[in-house]
Amino acid sequence: MKALVCVKRVIDYNVRIRVKSDKSGVETDNVKMSMNPFDEIAVEEAVRMKEKSQIQEIVILSIGTDKSQETIRSGLAMGGDRGILVKTDKEQLEPLTVGKIIKAVSDREKPDLIILGKQAIDDDCNQTGQIVATLLEIPQATFASELKKNDDNTLEVTREVDGGLETVKVNIPCVVTTDLRLNEPRYASLPNIMKAKQKKIDVLEIGSFGVDIKDRLQVLEVNEPPERKPGIKVDDVEALVNKLKNEAKVL
Amino acid sequence: MKVLVIIEHDNETVKQSSFSTITAAKEISDSVEAIVLGQGLDSVINELKKSDHLKKIYKIDNELFKNPLAENLSNAIQKFAEGSDYTHILSPSSTFGKNMSPKLSALMDVQQISDITKIISDDTFERPIYAGNAIAKVKSSDQIKVITVRSTCFEPCALNSSVDVESLTVNLDKNNSVSFVSYDKSKSDRPELTSAKIVISGGRGMQNGENFRLLEGIADKLGAAMGASRAAVDAGFVPNDWQVGQTGKIVAPDLYIAVGISGAIQHIAGIKDSKFIACINKDEEAPIFNFSDYGLVGDLFELLPKLEEKL
Ligand SMILES: Cc1cc2nc3c(=O)[nH]c(=O)nc-3n(C[C@H](O)[C@H](O)[C@H](O)COP(=O)(O)OP(=O)(O)OC[C@H]3O[C@@H](n4cnc5c(N)ncnc54)[C@H](O)[C@@H]3O)c2cc1C
Ligand SMILES: Nc1ncnc2c1ncn2[C@@H]1O[C@H](COP(=O)(O)O)[C@@H](O)[C@H]1O
Repeated sequence: MKALVCVKRVIDYNVRIRVKSDKSGVETDNVKMSMNPFDEIAVEEAVRMKEKSQIQEIVILSIGTDKSQETIRSGLAMGGDRGILVKTDKEQLEPLTVGKIIKAVSDREKPDLIILGKQAIDDDCNQTGQIVATLLEIPQATFASELKKNDDNTLEVTREVDGGLETVKVNIPCVVTTDLRLNEPRYASLPNIMKAKQKKIDVLEIGSFGVDIKDRLQVLEVNEPPERKPGIKVDDVEALVNKLKNEAKVL
Repeated sequence: MKVLVIIEHDNETVKQSSFSTITAAKEISDSVEAIVLGQGLDSVINELKKSDHLKKIYKIDNELFKNPLAENLSNAIQKFAEGSDYTHILSPSSTFGKNMSPKLSALMDVQQISDITKIISDDTFERPIYAGNAIAKVKSSDQIKVITVRSTCFEPCALNSSVDVESLTVNLDKNNSVSFVSYDKSKSDRPELTSAKIVISGGRGMQNGENFRLLEGIADKLGAAMGASRAAVDAGFVPNDWQVGQTGKIVAPDLYIAVGISGAIQHIAGIKDSKFIACINKDEEAPIFNFSDYGLVGDLFELLPKLEEKL
């Protein structure tokens, strides 16, 4: 089996987000960038399946600017075999566009398993995996917290849903999107980081795919969220209950 | 303009988030219709029929939809919508909507607008990005707008009507590449996290699952729902679907009580629309105090029994 893992370069989850004063977006200059945390979980899952010999090759794909090569390298250092960068100058692409590119790459690569994060922590869209599955007309198992490969070329996937856990069985090829509990991603070891430098990354121009990359959603402005009024500290449980009853009137 | 609302339910009751989605739809247009797909829908329809603002309900009762497999749902809804003149298709931004709606958008070749929190006009919406640390105002140029709605930002519609219901049949082949295996429902007699008036959540500070009993007693007295931080869920203290935050559930109760939770941005993203936030934490420097209306510094193991007693 061959796995295609999709990774996005995003502002690191620990960075304090600052909205630009001209409201055009958020500050990205001199800001630490990392692989989207859900995508690390996606890479980790593929690597574990390879370690169990369920997968023979792991291809790491990112669509973004040249700098996304760093993100692909991190995936290679975790255990990916080779990388593909679909290069664009646009800083942000919409999920529908990204989905179409991933579909086009899949048509060439013919992976058995496509793993994505459930959500990019910058746009918080939670769409791309579902779009890819739809365009490729293959089944999806989103928000996965457990993945089991059966002998009959199916995957049994436990999904984190609102009311509990749902399990579905999907035929391979399929799309899986990762939730937080699927695994705990490893840190790449220094030797593996060195080895990853030798691994191949193919760079393809986004224009070569014949996909219309024009945005359908125009961002008119980006604003700071409304601030919460500063609160107070209370001295003891009695004071807390009193405030909740008589001031907030919520008890 | 005509809006279609996709109703989430469990073949027994309508999810509260569906009623909130109807309210959002009504802000876009007076012409709002709903579609329900499932199996054995009588009680669902009886409940939904009462919704104010709905002009019509379409139901498709078929065993294909007994379990909410996104493949079957999106195909059926796309076929249904194709023959009509809907300008907007709205779903709740629950795991149901998040799983299904992007498929619908892909089938229709439109760019979905995820998790809207405010409607500015029929083509312009607000949605949080970066865990709610920024709010984007976006304008869609697609002919048909496929949208998921953050239900905590819209009141559920009132239930004083009696809406017309039309039964439809589908001509859809069963998708053989995916099948439902099981649903392990978290057992709870408590209110739903996302629509409860009071929520009490525990974090890593609770130390283990057993200690959540200390919160249970309080939740019982207050009729509160129970939630948790990611750290508490990851550690296995409580079920996964208790997670509140950017990548878990978004809540906006009248009162949110955070116990032994530090207040990471990803957690705050899920609670900051709450009317009042109270917290108990032994570290007075913990960020959660910056977001709390009422903060109590101290050891939760000492304070929780006292709180339960005082309520
Ligand atoms: C991609 C991504 C998505 C995430 N999504 C979410 C999400 O949706 N929801 C979420 O919650 N987190 C999320 N997180 C995790 C988040 O960053 C934090 O790690 C997490 O919220 C911390 O949980 P906590 O506050 O319980 O634990 P900690 O940060 O360890 O805080 C524990 C707190 O308990 C207090 N405490 C300890 N003992 C006691 C005591 N005896 N009495 C009183 N107080 C005590 C401590 O002072 C401390 O403040 C996400 C992270 C990533 C990377
Ligand atoms: N530009 C991109 N390059 C590669 N993968 C991406 C890109 N954008 C999104 N993805 C994948 O799609 C997932 C969901 O993203 P989103 O739908 O934007 O929330 C991410 O976790 C990635 O796995």
